[in-house]
Amino acid sequence: MDIANALVVFLNFVFIPAAAYGAQLALGALGVTLVYGILRFSNFAHGDTMAFGTGTVILLTWGLQAMGISAGPLPTALIALPFGIALTALLVLGTDRAVYRFYRKQKAAPIILVMASVGVMFVMNGLTRVLIGVDEYRFDDGARFIMDVRTFREMTGLPEGLALRSTQALTVGVALVVMVALFWFLNRTKSGKAMRAYSDNEDLALLSGIDPERVVRLTWIIAAGLATIAGTLYGLDKSFKAFNYFQILLPIFAAAIVGGLGNPLGAIAGGFLVAFSEVAVTYPWVRVVGYLVPGYEPSGLMQLLGTEYKFAVSFVILIVVLLFRPTGLFRGKSV
Amino acid sequence: MATNRQAASSSSRWRAPVLFAVLAVLFVLEGTVRNSMFSGSWNTSLAILNMGLISAITALGVNMQWGYAGLFNVGVVGFLAMGALAPVLVSLPPVEGAWAAGGTRLMGALLVGLGTLAMAKLAWTRTRSGIATTAVLIAGFVAYRWLFDPAVVAIEANNPARHGNIGGLGLPVLLSWAVGGLFAAAAAWAIGKVALGLRSDYLAIATLGIGEIIVAVMKNENWLARGVMNITSIPRPVAQEVDLQNNPDFVEFASSWGFAAAEASGIWVKLSYMSLFLVVLLAIILLAELALKSPWGRMMRAIRDNETAAEAMGKDVTRRHLQVFILGSAVIGVAGAMMVTLDGLLAPTSYNPLRYTFLIWVMVIVGGSGNNWGAVLGAVTIWFLWIKAEVWGPALFALLTAPLPDSAFKSHLLDSAPHMRFIAMGLVLLLVLRFAPRGLLPEK
Repeated sequence: MDIANALVVFLNFVFIPAAAYGAQLALGALGVTLVYGILRFSNFAHGDTMAFGTGTVILLTWGLQAMGISAGPLPTALIALPFGIALTALLVLGTDRAVYRFYRKQKAAPIILVMASVGVMFVMNGLTRVLIGVDEYRFDDGARFIMDVRTFREMTGLPEGLALRSTQALTVGVALVVMVALFWFLNRTKSGKAMRAYSDNEDLALLSGIDPERVVRLTWIIAAGLATIAGTLYGLDKSFKAFNYFQILLPIFAAAIVGGLGNPLGAIAGGFLVAFSEVAVTYPWVRVVGYLVPGYEPSGLMQLLGTEYKFAVSFVILIVVLLFRPTGLFRGKSV
Repeated sequence: MATNRQAASSSSRWRAPVLFAVLAVLFVLEGTVRNSMFSGSWNTSLAILNMGLISAITALGVNMQWGYAGLFNVGVVGFLAMGALAPVLVSLPPVEGAWAAGGTRLMGALLVGLGTLAMAKLAWTRTRSGIATTAVLIAGFVAYRWLFDPAVVAIEANNPARHGNIGGLGLPVLLSWAVGGLFAAAAAWAIGKVALGLRSDYLAIATLGIGEIIVAVMKNENWLARGVMNITSIPRPVAQEVDLQNNPDFVEFASSWGFAAAEASGIWVKLSYMSLFLVVLLAIILLAELALKSPWGRMMRAIRDNETAAEAMGKDVTRRHLQVFILGSAVIGVAGAMMVTLDGLLAPTSYNPLRYTFLIWVMVIVGGSGNNWGAVLGAVTIWFLWIKAEVWGPALFALLTAPLPDSAFKSHLLDSAPHMRFIAMGLVLLLVLRFAPRGLLPEK
């Protein structure tokens, strides 16, 4: 039994990618869950908000690169990120003003708001296409690896290598910072408390003199920020292609529902749960098992499901949660 | 489900005929006038109309779910794809050697798969033990993969250049339209069982998921329909153009109308398809209208307008929702089968949710949710505009950007003109939803 090598393979191909992906999903799901908690509808446009935000960040990154500005070992996109967030927040506030506010005032059924968000999704999709096109872009620069396979092998003398790309470490790091900041904001600041109060009980919050429009504006700004950060990290880690951001909507919804819609802590847990299940189910385990059980030569790849069905994993998780615990693991809103 | 549901205002009874007449004029213009806006070819005009009719049937299915029951189905593309499999599995000629290679084993695997799910359900309801249910699922999964994997390898190895799929049953292609409806209904049953009865967003999210998964299955399971290698040569229910052109009677008939044989044969084939589609469309509308006027239809609308009240009256809301969800999906499945028959081709990569889910939604909302004729009008109109926007959009852009000096910015704008269709459709959806939520033809 060769535990060291098995562990290295596991870390390299399962744990590290899943942790990075989980952080991206968690940030996305946080945005969905916040919008749900305050505005009480599932925002189908969230994936395309991510795409739009990432698109602006990429354009700004190119601009910065053309001016010769870089962040040293870090990707230039990090400098562009705040500006991208600002632009996305403007767009999202604009859509709220033009679209959602009307239905909110009318107290329309949530499903009407969902449908309006589908319309917004269409428009944002088109805007992203006009802005940056439908092609695939890589925009990560700076140092590629914190640890590459050869250095690791030389360091440890193990035949299996471990690579830690800087975008992966960056993803987890940025996500942690953002989550801590978000929870500090929600729990410690007056505006954050107002948001939570509004989410818990709208009428009571109104009676206590909380300005609902201000809460809604704050929510959209935070959601736009989370979406842009999540989208940029996802794009840095993999690559940017507008359509992928539509497809990532399903795992994000699954994560938000698993954690309980409207529950921020649940969204984070759900994001990592979905990401780890997805990677674990679609990873061919044959090498890990080969190290753990010497002399055993499995005929297949020991892969439960082909990678092309990774979305089926989030779907199955979603179905199981809906069947057994529709309010999610952390008891979100059951309305 | 429009937001304001007052009793029908006195909308003129001429509204529908006039709007349909305007639409007809557009198609006639497309067929006769050749200028920068219209192609002046009856073949193009009828091709748009045929696809428009299929969209109309899809829209009818969505309208049943949304207009009658307020269910938001975001997986239309998946149900269309489900239906699209039917012509492949029913009407293609059997593939030589495929069944011998692994057909029985494959069927066994699928039965084991379904059996496992049923057993797991049984285990859960009987024992409420998570461990027992998981054990059943794991044992079933192992047995399934043990049967399934070798069967698929054997089938896909069978003449992979031309086939590699399980093949069809060689039955008439028209029969497959009904089977397509059944396929989609089965998928709808499974998803509806899980997601209905919970809050309304959940059905939307679950259908979004099933839509993506069905398309992924179609792309990757080569034994089923050759995946991305596409299935061509799906049998046609109407004559071939070439046969018509070689038929002296037809050539004479065409020239008596002043058409060249090549053009006339295309028109003839499209008219034949059109009549088939019209028969299906009218039959579905007839059934839907009868159902809507029956006590069942009144009950459905009562549930939609006030679930709580209907439930208090003893109506089983979840069951009725499941029923109408399955019916609507079956209609979408029929449309999916018809679309593959029209194209003569199953190309899984073309199943894009933006085109097949959300465009259909725009059709339903614009047409007037809850009104079957509205769905038809909306579908054909939006489809016409969607196709023509491909031509009109760049022309409009060229006109608008003409005063700008030649620059990278201008060429970028011109290049992105095709994407404007998405923005335009999204804006149409948002504007109609807000300012005319009852659509072109409001529900009576």
